[in-house]
Amino acid sequence: MTKKMVCIECPKSCLISVDIENCKVAKVTGAKCPRGVKYALAEAVTPARLFTATVIAEGLDLKLIPVRTDKPIPKKDIFRAVEEIRKLRIGKPVKAGETIVENFLGLGIKLLATREAVKGGCKNV
Amino acid sequence: MNKRDLVVVGGGPAGMAAAVAAHENGVKDILLVERDQYLGGILNQCIHTGFGLDYFKELLTGPEYADRFIKKIRAIPDIEISLRSFVVRLAGDRTVTYLKPGGMFHVRPKALIMATGCRERTREMIHIPGTRPAGIFSAGLAQKLINIEGLLPGKEVVIIGSGDIGLIMARRFTLEGAKVKAILEIQPATRGLARNVVQCVEDFDIPIYFNHKVLKIGGRDRVEKVTVAKVDAAMKEVPGTEVVIDCDTVLVSVGLIPENEMIEMAGVDIDKRTNSPVSKEVNTTSIPGIFVCGNSFKVYDYVDSVTADSELAGRLAAEYIRGRA
Repeated sequence: MTKKMVCIECPKSCLISVDIENCKVAKVTGAKCPRGVKYALAEAVTPARLFTATVIAEGLDLKLIPVRTDKPIPKKDIFRAVEEIRKLRIGKPVKAGETIVENFLGLGIKLLATREAVKGGCKNV
Repeated sequence: MNKRDLVVVGGGPAGMAAAVAAHENGVKDILLVERDQYLGGILNQCIHTGFGLDYFKELLTGPEYADRFIKKIRAIPDIEISLRSFVVRLAGDRTVTYLKPGGMFHVRPKALIMATGCRERTREMIHIPGTRPAGIFSAGLAQKLINIEGLLPGKEVVIIGSGDIGLIMARRFTLEGAKVKAILEIQPATRGLARNVVQCVEDFDIPIYFNHKVLKIGGRDRVEKVTVAKVDAAMKEVPGTEVVIDCDTVLVSVGLIPENEMIEMAGVDIDKRTNSPVSKEVNTTSIPGIFVCGNSFKVYDYVDSVTADSELAGRLAAEYIRGRA
Protein backbone atom coordinates (compact mmCIF):
# COMPACT_ATOMS: atom_id res chain seq x y z
CA MET A 1 0.00 0.00 0.00
CA THR A 2 1.21 3.51 -0.77
CA LYS A 3 0.11 6.56 1.18
CA LYS A 4 0.54 9.88 -0.56
CA MET A 5 0.70 13.08 1.43
CA VAL A 6 1.63 16.75 1.25
CA CYS A 7 4.34 17.57 3.75
CA ILE A 8 3.35 20.42 6.08
CA GLU A 9 6.75 20.97 7.66
CA CYS A 10 7.68 23.96 5.51
CA PRO A 11 6.14 26.03 2.73
CA LYS A 12 7.72 23.90 -0.02
CA SER A 13 4.83 21.45 0.49
CA CYS A 14 6.64 18.36 -0.91
CA LEU A 15 4.47 15.54 -2.19
CA ILE A 16 5.66 12.46 -0.31
CA SER A 17 4.84 8.78 -0.88
CA VAL A 18 5.12 6.22 1.88
CA ASP A 19 5.18 2.57 0.81
CA ILE A 20 3.83 0.26 3.45
CA GLU A 21 4.43 -3.49 3.31
CA ASN A 22 3.25 -5.96 5.97
CA CYS A 23 2.18 -3.09 8.20
CA LYS A 24 5.68 -1.60 8.15
CA VAL A 25 7.06 1.43 6.32
CA ALA A 26 9.21 0.10 3.49
CA LYS A 27 10.13 3.26 1.66
CA VAL A 28 9.66 7.06 1.80
CA THR A 29 10.03 8.97 -1.46
CA GLY A 30 9.60 12.60 -2.45
CA ALA A 31 10.79 14.30 0.73
CA LYS A 32 13.50 16.87 0.05
CA CYS A 33 14.78 17.02 3.64
CA PRO A 34 15.03 14.94 6.84
CA ARG A 35 12.15 16.85 8.43
CA GLY A 36 9.95 15.61 5.60
CA VAL A 37 10.97 11.98 6.12
CA LYS A 38 10.22 12.28 9.83
CA TYR A 39 6.86 13.91 9.09
CA ALA A 40 5.91 11.22 6.56
CA LEU A 41 6.77 8.38 8.92
CA ALA A 42 4.59 9.89 11.64
CA GLU A 43 1.79 10.84 9.26
CA ALA A 44 1.58 7.27 7.92
CA VAL A 45 1.15 5.83 11.41
CA THR A 46 -0.23 8.46 13.84
CA PRO A 47 -0.89 11.85 12.25
CA ALA A 48 0.10 14.61 14.66
CA ARG A 49 0.11 18.39 14.58
CA LEU A 50 1.80 21.16 16.50
CA PHE A 51 -1.09 22.69 18.37
CA THR A 52 -1.45 26.46 18.67
CA ALA A 53 -4.13 28.45 20.49
CA THR A 54 -4.56 31.29 22.98
CA VAL A 55 -5.01 31.20 26.75
CA ILE A 56 -7.00 33.86 28.59
CA ALA A 57 -4.80 36.23 30.59
CA GLU A 58 -5.94 37.82 33.83
CA GLY A 59 -4.52 41.14 35.02
CA LEU A 60 -1.88 41.31 32.29
CA ASP A 61 -1.42 43.82 29.49
CA LEU A 62 -2.52 41.26 26.91
CA LYS A 63 -6.02 39.79 26.92
CA LEU A 64 -4.74 36.53 25.48
CA ILE A 65 -1.42 34.72 25.57
CA PRO A 66 -0.65 32.74 22.42
CA VAL A 67 0.57 29.21 23.18
CA ARG A 68 1.84 26.12 21.39
CA THR A 69 2.82 22.59 22.22
CA ASP A 70 6.54 21.81 22.17
CA LYS A 71 5.89 18.66 20.13
CA PRO A 72 3.11 17.61 17.76
CA ILE A 73 0.05 16.13 19.47
CA PRO A 74 -1.99 13.32 17.89
CA LYS A 75 -4.62 14.71 15.55
CA LYS A 76 -7.37 12.91 17.42
CA ASP A 77 -6.52 14.90 20.57
CA ILE A 78 -6.90 18.34 18.99
CA PHE A 79 -10.42 19.03 20.26
CA ARG A 80 -9.52 17.66 23.69
CA ALA A 81 -6.66 20.17 23.66
CA VAL A 82 -9.10 22.97 22.80
CA GLU A 83 -11.32 22.03 25.76
CA GLU A 84 -8.32 21.98 28.09
CA ILE A 85 -7.04 25.36 26.86
CA ARG A 86 -10.43 26.96 27.63
CA LYS A 87 -10.07 26.06 31.31
CA LEU A 88 -6.62 27.65 31.66
CA ARG A 89 -5.88 31.16 32.96
CA ILE A 90 -2.55 32.98 33.07
CA GLY A 91 -2.21 35.61 35.80
CA LYS A 92 1.55 35.98 36.09
CA PRO A 93 3.82 37.71 33.56
CA VAL A 94 5.31 35.24 31.06
CA LYS A 95 8.12 35.23 28.56
CA ALA A 96 8.05 33.71 25.10
CA GLY A 97 9.08 30.08 25.42
CA GLU A 98 8.03 29.77 29.08
CA THR A 99 6.26 26.54 30.03
CA ILE A 100 2.58 27.03 30.91
CA VAL A 101 1.65 23.37 31.42
CA GLU A 102 4.32 20.75 32.10
CA ASN A 103 2.36 17.65 31.07
CA PHE A 104 -0.34 18.82 28.68
CA LEU A 105 -3.28 16.37 28.38
CA GLY A 106 -1.11 13.78 30.09
CA LEU A 107 0.75 13.32 26.81
CA GLY A 108 4.15 14.20 28.24
CA ILE A 109 4.11 17.28 26.03
CA LYS A 110 4.70 20.85 27.23
CA LEU A 111 2.45 23.80 26.54
CA LEU A 112 4.58 26.91 25.94
CA ALA A 113 3.75 30.61 25.84
CA THR A 114 4.85 32.13 22.54
CA ARG A 115 4.67 35.81 23.45
CA GLU A 116 5.87 37.90 26.33
CA ALA A 117 3.17 39.40 28.53
CA VAL A 118 3.82 41.86 31.34
CA LYS A 119 1.81 43.76 33.89
CA GLY A 120 1.39 47.54 33.66
CA GLY A 121 4.03 48.40 31.18
CA CYS A 122 4.15 49.50 27.63
CA LYS A 123 7.85 50.35 27.60
CA ASN A 124 9.36 53.30 25.75
CA VAL A 125 6.18 55.22 25.11
CA MET B 1 13.01 70.07 13.59
CA ASN B 2 14.61 66.94 14.94
CA LYS B 3 17.44 65.42 12.87
CA ARG B 4 18.39 61.79 12.62
CA ASP B 5 20.61 59.62 10.50
CA LEU B 6 17.86 57.09 9.85
CA VAL B 7 14.15 56.87 10.51
CA VAL B 8 12.35 53.55 10.04
CA VAL B 9 8.56 53.63 9.85
CA GLY B 10 6.97 50.38 10.98
CA GLY B 11 7.90 47.99 13.79
CA GLY B 12 6.93 44.72 12.14
CA PRO B 13 9.37 42.13 10.81
CA ALA B 14 10.49 44.36 7.93
CA GLY B 15 11.11 47.51 9.97
CA MET B 16 12.90 45.66 12.76
CA ALA B 17 15.18 43.74 10.38
CA ALA B 18 15.99 46.92 8.43
CA ALA B 19 16.81 48.91 11.58
CA VAL B 20 19.01 46.16 13.01
CA ALA B 21 20.84 45.69 9.70
CA ALA B 22 21.40 49.43 9.29
CA HIS B 23 22.88 49.51 12.77
CA GLU B 24 25.15 46.56 12.00
CA ASN B 25 26.32 48.51 8.96
CA GLY B 26 27.40 51.52 10.94
CA VAL B 27 24.29 53.71 11.39
CA LYS B 28 24.28 54.82 15.01
CA ASP B 29 21.40 57.28 15.22
CA ILE B 30 18.15 55.49 14.41
CA LEU B 31 14.53 56.23 15.26
CA LEU B 32 11.92 53.54 14.66
CA VAL B 33 8.28 54.65 14.81
CA GLU B 34 5.44 52.17 15.23
CA ARG B 35 1.74 53.00 15.46
CA ASP B 36 0.80 50.07 17.71
CA GLN B 37 1.73 49.84 21.38
CA TYR B 38 3.80 46.72 20.67
CA LEU B 39 6.51 45.81 18.22
CA GLY B 40 5.98 42.79 15.99
CA GLY B 41 3.33 43.96 13.55
CA ILE B 42 1.07 41.37 12.01
CA LEU B 43 3.19 38.50 13.41
CA ASN B 44 1.59 39.00 16.81
CA GLN B 45 -1.77 37.83 15.54
CA CYS B 46 -0.31 34.96 13.47
CA ILE B 47 -0.26 32.52 16.38
CA HIS B 48 0.09 29.47 14.10
CA THR B 49 3.42 27.90 13.16
CA GLY B 50 5.17 28.06 9.82
CA PHE B 51 7.65 30.87 10.38
CA GLY B 52 11.41 30.86 10.67
CA LEU B 53 12.47 27.62 8.98
CA ASP B 54 14.55 29.50 6.43
CA TYR B 55 15.96 32.27 8.59
CA PHE B 56 16.28 30.63 12.00
CA LYS B 57 16.28 26.98 10.81
CA GLU B 58 13.55 26.40 13.38
CA LEU B 59 9.80 26.14 13.15
CA LEU B 60 8.30 29.09 15.02
CA THR B 61 4.94 30.78 15.55
CA GLY B 62 4.47 34.41 14.48
CA PRO B 63 4.83 35.84 18.01
CA GLU B 64 8.02 33.80 18.57
CA TYR B 65 9.52 35.02 15.30
CA ALA B 66 8.70 38.60 16.30
CA ASP B 67 10.07 38.04 19.81
CA ARG B 68 13.52 37.15 18.45
CA PHE B 69 13.74 40.51 16.70
CA ILE B 70 12.13 42.45 19.54
CA LYS B 71 14.85 41.15 21.87
CA LYS B 72 17.54 41.99 19.34
CA ILE B 73 16.35 45.53 18.70
CA ARG B 74 15.69 46.30 22.38
CA ALA B 75 19.30 45.40 23.11
CA ILE B 76 20.60 48.14 20.79
CA PRO B 77 20.62 51.51 22.62
CA ASP B 78 21.36 53.38 19.36
CA ILE B 79 17.90 52.47 18.10
CA GLU B 80 15.21 54.58 19.74
CA ILE B 81 11.78 52.99 19.52
CA SER B 82 8.75 55.26 19.52
CA LEU B 83 5.52 53.31 19.98
CA ARG B 84 1.96 54.59 19.51
CA SER B 85 3.41 56.89 16.88
CA PHE B 86 1.39 57.40 13.74
CA VAL B 87 2.92 59.00 10.67
CA VAL B 88 0.53 61.54 9.16
CA ARG B 89 2.74 63.32 6.64
CA LEU B 90 5.82 62.66 4.58
CA ALA B 91 7.57 65.31 2.51
CA GLY B 92 9.86 64.83 -0.49
CA ASP B 93 12.82 66.03 1.60
CA ARG B 94 12.14 63.04 3.90
CA THR B 95 10.60 65.08 6.71
CA VAL B 96 8.36 62.74 8.68
CA THR B 97 5.48 64.12 10.74
CA TYR B 98 3.99 61.82 13.32
CA LEU B 99 1.48 61.93 16.13
CA LYS B 100 2.02 60.25 19.45
CA PRO B 101 0.50 60.75 22.88
CA GLY B 102 1.73 64.18 23.88
CA GLY B 103 1.86 65.89 20.54
CA MET B 104 2.93 66.12 16.94
CA PHE B 105 6.58 65.64 16.04
CA HIS B 106 8.74 66.33 13.00
CA VAL B 107 11.94 64.54 12.16
CA ARG B 108 14.17 64.83 9.12
CA PRO B 109 16.50 61.89 8.63
CA LYS B 110 19.38 61.50 6.18
CA ALA B 111 17.70 58.31 4.98
CA LEU B 112 14.22 56.92 5.48
CA ILE B 113 13.03 53.32 5.37
CA MET B 114 9.29 52.76 5.05
CA ALA B 115 8.18 49.34 6.29
CA THR B 116 4.46 49.92 6.51
CA GLY B 117 3.16 46.55 5.34
CA CYS B 118 -0.13 45.90 3.62
CA ARG B 119 -3.82 46.38 4.13
CA GLU B 120 -6.42 43.83 3.10
CA ARG B 121 -8.53 43.95 -0.02
CA THR B 122 -12.20 44.37 0.84
CA ARG B 123 -15.58 43.15 -0.26
CA GLU B 124 -16.11 46.39 -2.20
CA MET B 125 -12.99 45.77 -4.25
CA ILE B 126 -14.28 42.44 -5.57
CA HIS B 127 -17.74 43.87 -6.22
CA ILE B 128 -20.00 41.47 -4.34
CA PRO B 129 -23.59 42.66 -4.68
CA GLY B 130 -26.22 42.43 -1.95
CA THR B 131 -27.05 44.18 1.28
CA ARG B 132 -24.61 45.72 3.72
CA PRO B 133 -25.33 43.95 7.01
CA ALA B 134 -23.02 43.44 9.99
CA GLY B 135 -20.99 40.26 9.90
CA ILE B 136 -18.67 40.85 6.96
CA PHE B 137 -15.00 40.86 7.93
CA SER B 138 -11.68 40.75 6.18
CA ALA B 139 -9.84 37.59 7.23
CA GLY B 140 -7.00 39.43 8.94
CA LEU B 141 -9.41 41.53 10.97
CA ALA B 142 -11.20 38.37 12.12
CA GLN B 143 -7.78 36.97 13.03
CA LYS B 144 -7.06 40.00 15.19
CA LEU B 145 -10.47 39.82 16.88
CA ILE B 146 -10.00 36.14 17.75
CA ASN B 147 -6.29 35.97 18.56
CA ILE B 148 -5.68 39.36 20.16
CA GLU B 149 -9.05 40.59 21.43
CA GLY B 150 -10.61 37.24 22.34
CA LEU B 151 -13.80 37.91 20.40
CA LEU B 152 -15.46 35.39 18.09
CA PRO B 153 -16.94 37.30 15.15
CA GLY B 154 -19.58 34.69 14.28
CA LYS B 155 -20.85 31.13 14.53
CA GLU B 156 -21.59 30.07 10.95
CA VAL B 157 -18.99 31.28 8.54
CA VAL B 158 -18.52 31.39 4.77
CA ILE B 159 -15.04 32.32 3.58
CA ILE B 160 -14.56 34.02 0.24
CA GLY B 161 -11.15 33.36 -1.29
CA SER B 162 -8.67 30.63 -0.48
CA GLY B 163 -5.54 32.62 0.28
CA ASP B 164 -3.44 31.48 3.23
CA ILE B 165 -5.07 33.83 5.73
CA GLY B 166 -8.50 32.52 4.73
CA LEU B 167 -7.41 28.89 5.11
CA ILE B 168 -5.77 29.56 8.46
CA MET B 169 -8.88 31.36 9.68
CA ALA B 170 -11.04 28.40 8.61
CA ARG B 171 -9.11 26.27 11.10
CA ARG B 172 -9.09 28.98 13.75
CA PHE B 173 -12.88 29.45 13.61
CA THR B 174 -13.37 25.67 13.73
CA LEU B 175 -11.16 25.31 16.80
CA GLU B 176 -13.01 28.16 18.49
CA GLY B 177 -16.30 26.32 18.06
CA ALA B 178 -17.72 28.02 14.98
CA LYS B 179 -18.86 26.13 11.91
CA VAL B 180 -17.13 26.97 8.64
CA LYS B 181 -19.79 26.11 6.09
CA ALA B 182 -17.75 26.72 2.96
CA ILE B 183 -14.60 28.18 1.49
CA LEU B 184 -15.37 29.59 -1.96
CA GLU B 185 -12.64 30.09 -4.55
CA ILE B 186 -13.41 31.50 -7.97
CA GLN B 187 -10.19 30.05 -9.43
CA PRO B 188 -9.82 26.31 -10.19
CA ALA B 189 -7.15 25.92 -7.49
CA THR B 190 -6.25 27.36 -4.11
CA ARG B 191 -4.19 30.52 -3.88
CA GLY B 192 -2.74 29.34 -0.59
CA LEU B 193 0.03 26.88 0.21
CA ALA B 194 -0.69 23.15 -0.18
CA ARG B 195 0.37 22.62 3.45
CA ASN B 196 -2.40 24.96 4.60
CA VAL B 197 -4.99 23.09 2.57
CA VAL B 198 -3.88 19.90 4.36
CA GLN B 199 -3.60 21.14 7.93
CA CYS B 200 -6.33 23.79 7.94
CA VAL B 201 -8.99 22.44 5.59
CA GLU B 202 -8.63 18.68 5.09
CA ASP B 203 -7.79 17.99 8.75
CA PHE B 204 -11.18 19.43 9.72
CA ASP B 205 -13.23 18.31 6.69
CA ILE B 206 -14.08 21.89 5.77
CA PRO B 207 -15.82 22.03 2.39
CA ILE B 208 -13.84 23.99 -0.19
CA TYR B 209 -15.45 24.80 -3.53
CA PHE B 210 -13.33 25.80 -6.50
CA ASN B 211 -14.75 27.60 -9.56
CA HIS B 212 -17.41 29.14 -7.33
CA LYS B 213 -18.34 32.75 -6.79
CA VAL B 214 -20.64 34.65 -4.49
CA LEU B 215 -23.55 36.21 -6.34
CA LYS B 216 -25.06 38.00 -3.39
CA ILE B 217 -24.81 38.58 0.34
CA GLY B 218 -28.20 38.66 2.06
CA GLY B 219 -29.41 39.85 5.46
CA ARG B 220 -30.85 43.04 6.89
CA ASP B 221 -29.05 43.84 10.14
CA ARG B 222 -26.79 40.79 10.23
CA VAL B 223 -25.58 38.48 7.47
CA GLU B 224 -28.19 35.74 6.94
CA LYS B 225 -27.07 34.00 3.78
CA VAL B 226 -24.91 34.05 0.71
CA THR B 227 -25.99 32.97 -2.75
CA VAL B 228 -23.27 31.18 -4.68
CA ALA B 229 -22.91 29.63 -8.12
CA LYS B 230 -20.43 27.72 -10.20
CA VAL B 231 -18.47 29.62 -12.81
CA ASP B 232 -17.12 28.47 -16.17
CA ALA B 233 -13.61 29.02 -17.53
CA ALA B 234 -14.55 32.61 -18.44
CA MET B 235 -15.64 33.23 -14.80
CA LYS B 236 -19.24 33.45 -15.99
CA GLU B 237 -21.98 32.06 -13.77
CA VAL B 238 -23.22 28.62 -14.91
CA PRO B 239 -27.04 28.79 -15.04
CA GLY B 240 -28.88 26.44 -12.73
CA THR B 241 -25.99 26.03 -10.26
CA GLU B 242 -27.19 28.60 -7.72
CA VAL B 243 -27.13 27.52 -4.10
CA VAL B 244 -28.03 29.47 -0.96
CA ILE B 245 -25.84 28.95 2.10
CA ASP B 246 -27.20 30.14 5.46
CA CYS B 247 -24.57 31.83 7.59
CA ASP B 248 -24.11 34.74 9.99
CA THR B 249 -20.61 35.72 8.97
CA VAL B 250 -18.68 36.26 5.75
CA LEU B 251 -14.90 36.44 5.70
CA VAL B 252 -13.21 38.04 2.75
CA SER B 253 -9.71 36.72 2.06
CA VAL B 254 -8.89 38.08 -1.35
CA GLY B 255 -5.42 39.49 -1.16
CA LEU B 256 -3.35 42.35 0.15
CA ILE B 257 -2.44 45.84 -1.03
CA PRO B 258 0.88 47.47 -0.15
CA GLU B 259 0.29 50.53 2.00
CA ASN B 260 2.20 53.34 0.32
CA GLU B 261 0.09 56.48 0.60
CA MET B 262 2.78 58.26 2.63
CA ILE B 263 5.53 57.90 0.04
CA GLU B 264 3.03 58.78 -2.66
CA MET B 265 2.38 61.99 -0.71
CA ALA B 266 6.14 62.61 -0.78
CA GLY B 267 6.16 62.31 -4.56
CA VAL B 268 7.48 58.77 -5.03
CA ASP B 269 6.34 57.10 -8.28
CA ILE B 270 3.73 54.46 -7.50
CA ASP B 271 2.54 51.66 -9.78
CA LYS B 272 -1.22 52.11 -9.51
CA ARG B 273 -1.97 48.48 -10.36
CA THR B 274 -0.03 47.07 -7.42
CA ASN B 275 0.27 50.17 -5.19
CA SER B 276 3.99 49.41 -4.95
CA PRO B 277 6.78 51.90 -5.67
CA VAL B 278 8.04 51.88 -9.26
CA SER B 279 11.57 50.56 -8.96
CA LYS B 280 14.24 48.70 -10.88
CA GLU B 281 15.67 47.04 -7.82
CA VAL B 282 14.31 45.76 -4.55
CA ASN B 283 13.75 48.31 -1.73
CA THR B 284 14.52 51.46 -3.73
CA THR B 285 12.17 54.21 -4.94
CA SER B 286 12.24 57.11 -7.37
CA ILE B 287 13.41 59.43 -4.57
CA PRO B 288 17.00 58.75 -3.45
CA GLY B 289 17.20 58.24 0.29
CA ILE B 290 13.65 56.90 0.60
CA PHE B 291 13.66 53.13 0.81
CA VAL B 292 10.71 50.74 1.10
CA CYS B 293 10.94 47.19 2.38
CA GLY B 294 8.80 44.19 3.31
CA ASN B 295 5.18 43.88 2.27
CA SER B 296 4.91 47.56 1.44
CA PHE B 297 7.49 47.03 -1.31
CA LYS B 298 5.82 43.88 -2.64
CA VAL B 299 3.55 41.22 -1.17
CA TYR B 300 5.70 38.37 0.16
CA ASP B 301 4.59 34.80 0.87
CA TYR B 302 7.07 34.18 3.70
CA VAL B 303 8.25 36.37 6.52
CA ASP B 304 11.70 34.79 6.22
CA SER B 305 12.10 36.43 2.81
CA VAL B 306 10.80 39.72 4.22
CA THR B 307 13.57 39.61 6.81
CA ALA B 308 16.26 38.83 4.24
CA ASP B 309 15.20 41.61 1.85
CA SER B 310 14.66 44.11 4.66
CA GLU B 311 18.19 43.53 5.90
CA LEU B 312 19.28 44.54 2.43
CA ALA B 313 17.22 47.73 2.81
CA GLY B 314 19.09 48.45 6.03
CA ARG B 315 22.42 48.03 4.23
CA LEU B 316 21.31 50.21 1.31
CA ALA B 317 20.25 52.98 3.70
CA ALA B 318 23.59 52.73 5.54
CA GLU B 319 25.46 53.03 2.24
CA TYR B 320 23.36 56.03 1.25
CA ILE B 321 24.06 57.78 4.56
CA ARG B 322 27.81 57.08 4.22
CA GLY B 323 27.76 58.44 0.68
CA ARG B 324 26.30 61.73 1.90
CA ALA B 325 28.67 62.16 4.83
